[in-house]
Amino acid sequence: MATATLPHTHPLPERNPGTPFDPSALEGALVNKSAVERRAATLPTRRTVKKEWQAAWLLHAIRTIDLTTLSGDDTPGTVRRLCAKARQPVRPELLRDLGIPHLRLTTGAVCVYHEMVPTAVEALEGSGIPVAAVSTGFPAGLTPHRLKLQEIEASVAAGAREIDIVISRRHVLTGNWKALYQEVRDFREACGPAHMKSILAVGELGTLKNVYKASMVCMQAGSDFIKTSTGKEAVNATLQNSLVMVRAIRAFYEQTGYKVGFKPAGGIRTAKQALDWLILMKEELGHEWMQPHLFRIGASALLNDIERQLEHFAYGRYASMQYQPLG
Amino acid sequence: MTLTELMETLPYGPAPEAAQPALDWIQAHKGRFQLFIAGRWRKPASQEWFTTLNPANSQPLAEVAQASAADVDEAVKAARKAFASWSQTKGHVRARYLYAMARQIQKHARLFAVLETLDNGKPIRETRDIDIPLVARHFYYHAGWAQLMESELAGYGPVGVVGQIIPWNFPLLMLAWKIAPALAMGNTVVLKPAEFTPLTALLFAEICQQIGLPPGVVNIITGDGKTGAALVEHPGVDKIAFTGSTEVGRLIRKATAGSGKKLSLELGGKSPFVVFEDADLDSAVEGVVDAIWFNQGQVCCAGSRLLVQESIAEKMYAKLRARMEKLRVGDPLDKAVDIGAIIAPVQLQKIQRLVQKGLEEGARLWQPSWAVPAEGCFYPPTLFTDVAPASTIAQEEIFGPVLAALTFRTPEEAVRLANNTRYGLAASIWSEDINLALDVATQIKAGTIWINSTNLFDAASGFGGYRESGFGREGGKEGLWEYVKKTARAPKTKAVAGKTRAAQPAPAVPPIDRTAKLFIGGKQVRPDSGYSKVVYDPDGHPIGEVGLGNRKDIRNAVEAARGALEGWRKTSGHNKAQILYFLAENLSERAEEFARRIAQQTGQDGTAEVEAALEALFTAAAWADKYEGVVHNTPIRNVTLAVPEPIGVMGILCPNDQPLLALARLAATALAMGNTLVVVPSPLAPLTATDFYQVLETSDIPAGTFNLVTGERDELAKTLAEHDDVDALWYAGPQAGWALVEKASAGNMKRTWTLPASGPLPDLDEILRQATQVKNIWVPYGA
Repeated sequence: MATATLPHTHPLPERNPGTPFDPSALEGALVNKSAVERRAATLPTRRTVKKEWQAAWLLHAIRTIDLTTLSGDDTPGTVRRLCAKARQPVRPELLRDLGIPHLRLTTGAVCVYHEMVPTAVEALEGSGIPVAAVSTGFPAGLTPHRLKLQEIEASVAAGAREIDIVISRRHVLTGNWKALYQEVRDFREACGPAHMKSILAVGELGTLKNVYKASMVCMQAGSDFIKTSTGKEAVNATLQNSLVMVRAIRAFYEQTGYKVGFKPAGGIRTAKQALDWLILMKEELGHEWMQPHLFRIGASALLNDIERQLEHFAYGRYASMQYQPLG
Repeated sequence: MTLTELMETLPYGPAPEAAQPALDWIQAHKGRFQLFIAGRWRKPASQEWFTTLNPANSQPLAEVAQASAADVDEAVKAARKAFASWSQTKGHVRARYLYAMARQIQKHARLFAVLETLDNGKPIRETRDIDIPLVARHFYYHAGWAQLMESELAGYGPVGVVGQIIPWNFPLLMLAWKIAPALAMGNTVVLKPAEFTPLTALLFAEICQQIGLPPGVVNIITGDGKTGAALVEHPGVDKIAFTGSTEVGRLIRKATAGSGKKLSLELGGKSPFVVFEDADLDSAVEGVVDAIWFNQGQVCCAGSRLLVQESIAEKMYAKLRARMEKLRVGDPLDKAVDIGAIIAPVQLQKIQRLVQKGLEEGARLWQPSWAVPAEGCFYPPTLFTDVAPASTIAQEEIFGPVLAALTFRTPEEAVRLANNTRYGLAASIWSEDINLALDVATQIKAGTIWINSTNLFDAASGFGGYRESGFGREGGKEGLWEYVKKTARAPKTKAVAGKTRAAQPAPAVPPIDRTAKLFIGGKQVRPDSGYSKVVYDPDGHPIGEVGLGNRKDIRNAVEAARGALEGWRKTSGHNKAQILYFLAENLSERAEEFARRIAQQTGQDGTAEVEAALEALFTAAAWADKYEGVVHNTPIRNVTLAVPEPIGVMGILCPNDQPLLALARLAATALAMGNTLVVVPSPLAPLTATDFYQVLETSDIPAGTFNLVTGERDELAKTLAEHDDVDALWYAGPQAGWALVEKASAGNMKRTWTLPASGPLPDLDEILRQATQVKNIWVPYGA
């Protein structure tokens, strides 16, 4: 019989405290774009999961979703709906028909703007689902530094357990790595106990080399996660920029022994894409980095597509979106 | 396992591609396949059949006909008959057939892919994503050349009936590489697929039927080595194209020697994979995966020698081991498998034997912790470190998933190690420094160089080897020359003929006796033998002596040419041109003397020949800075530079006639292309050459680039043909000599070019192509 299981079956690793700023780690930033593209293009063609393996992976993918709403027209009502979906991401009868009626399944977090944090905290009370708040002048990150720190503190005070900060892209584009380090270091301090995800906005960094360097600096500055994008840039998460970031995570782990998580966000809408990113994590970083404490997918529409695929697995016929409860 | 258990461990699980459609296709033929000759299926004369197996489970797949010599004869006859009309078929019509082949292959892509995987054991990912798409691309690309042949290869026509023998490692892709250019250029073919992997060729035969290809244009005969040998030896075959081992290539070279059959060989390799300290190491690791764990390492151009800069070697090895741990070996039909089955037990045993040898010779072996399937023919990815260049696994082609790693300290040492091999098929160079990468690319002796990439293939880019990796190119425009011959010669410059020998008045006092020597390493030297040979005029009167060169003189001359090669190769085209113009200038100063000497020896109009020679020298000089490569239009973000390179040390045995023009046209052109030469002048008129070295001496020709050895032509030819340090040999002489040099050339598989003893010299475009080999350098780019 399927029993309730929690994703965290092993002790959580120590949080990354960061390191002193070390520009020498950036010198090794040798990223060959064409080769990265080839690897990224063949990752999903070299690996695939089918049938019950695929169903298991998709159920697992749900646990890694930061179910997100970041719209100007968000209201407490829409946020509560989203939280309800996070608590019950798959219809109970579908879980029953999959033979796992007792599976305790939730998304990894709910991700909202600061103003929606109290609503989300309240709606998720007792679920164990953390609330993540985007912060620091999201998405452009061009508000005053002082206000950014206050914004973080306010969100943490309101109950956010995870803070998704955005970096100042100009520091990357002007090669001012020290300034980037200091900025993120300040953010980390402001986060206190809340876990910090650093959004690089890779689509605005110009080159993959910059993506690698920015990843390194953000990890040195104590990020718990590095995250591709706000979802608002022209280019968001791709397997290519993700590959560069997870390779940086691996290098940082080899150098320091600290495990930093990875969060692709923006444009991941299909179950197939979710599997591709899980494959990336398994291949490049290994099993532990597929777990919610080290891997999150920032998404809103993804969950419904996963439900459809699960339904297809359970009933053998293709499903319609209208049968999947909205978030 | 339950879903919740799977959720905790997240394994891949099986992801099999269905075999049934391919098995159904085999069943539709009742599991037995005949020979495809003249557009029809026919039983083999021998009534013999052999079984083709699935290497992943050793189960039989089908019975296939064993073609005998009689069947080969039938196939060649059918091809010959078809050639009459096919060679006259308009390029546009041939293009339509090739286009139809490409389309049909795409329409049945998955059937081809599954069938290939069943028969060969390679992963379905590779057949589906690499082999079959490249096959379709090859037919499309060559449909284009069929369309353009008339305009772009004016003056050339098809060779005739082509016998093609292909290996088992890329069965359908090698078929495409052979058949597409042959048909595009108007040839007809008899193709023998490998004994281990005949099935996709037979499915292709059905496509030929379906598209209504005229009977006999493509004939597919299955069989073993005996069938191949019968095809090679068949007198009705005009050209042999072979891909396979150097060992068999050597047999074919010998068997076709002197037959006049055109020959292209794509043979073995031990290709270097060079990683500099400024490479993107994570990407280089993926490159290694594609280099040596692609197709189970059964790839002629597999990057099987990993050369790593010492400063990063341990780091690279650690990354490699971690990556190897993640590779998946198993059922080739599983879509998530990286390494499938080794082709056959005999190959598996060879791999095991060489790995054992590696261990015995002291190299350190590393294999992943997991085990390969016990059933079927599997071998794990294997890394050898601490490998010495002298060890067997660094020298011998293993043709399996085994990588031998060596270290180097400097770029110069990397080049030296990379070139320390009998082969020269391909190389990969990894560095983020374009300066370094291109510098090394120009120095590695290989037909294909991949910068920051590996095993990239495309129909638009030529593929083929240097050294013992064979000769000829497949793909690109350079590949077409293997399937054409001259039909119309370029308009001749004024014929050099006519008897205008002036009567020689008797001298009042005897002339000072002259001693013609050999010219080696920039010095006039006496022949080692101490013998001379008398030179006669056409009426049989002695007119002088030349040294009787022997093996040792050839040895010395080759040594001098080898020594001069690097410097001459690096001399700019502009400077080479200046030297050749200067040579012409100095020759013209002595035009009358040379004219008299030519007339004296040949009875022909010497003045006209000197004029022609001066023009030929100017032409050679002109080409020295103008014979350029192209940038191939390959379908990735990349420049593929097709660079004509000198072949190296060349032996040139001149024809009987036109002694000076031969030097100017043949030797000077070869020189202009950057080769260094050992020239054996016309046996009838050698005094022109011995006079000529005085002109060479005054013309800034670097010592050793142009060496002259007089003597018995065929004796010297044999020594040159056998010499392992001679890279190419041009032989003008009687047909018996063609056989001699072609057979003897099999030692190091040097390129040979045989020409008639007398008659007009070949056209310049041919000379230029024969004096160069194309290196394709792939340079992917991206900010």
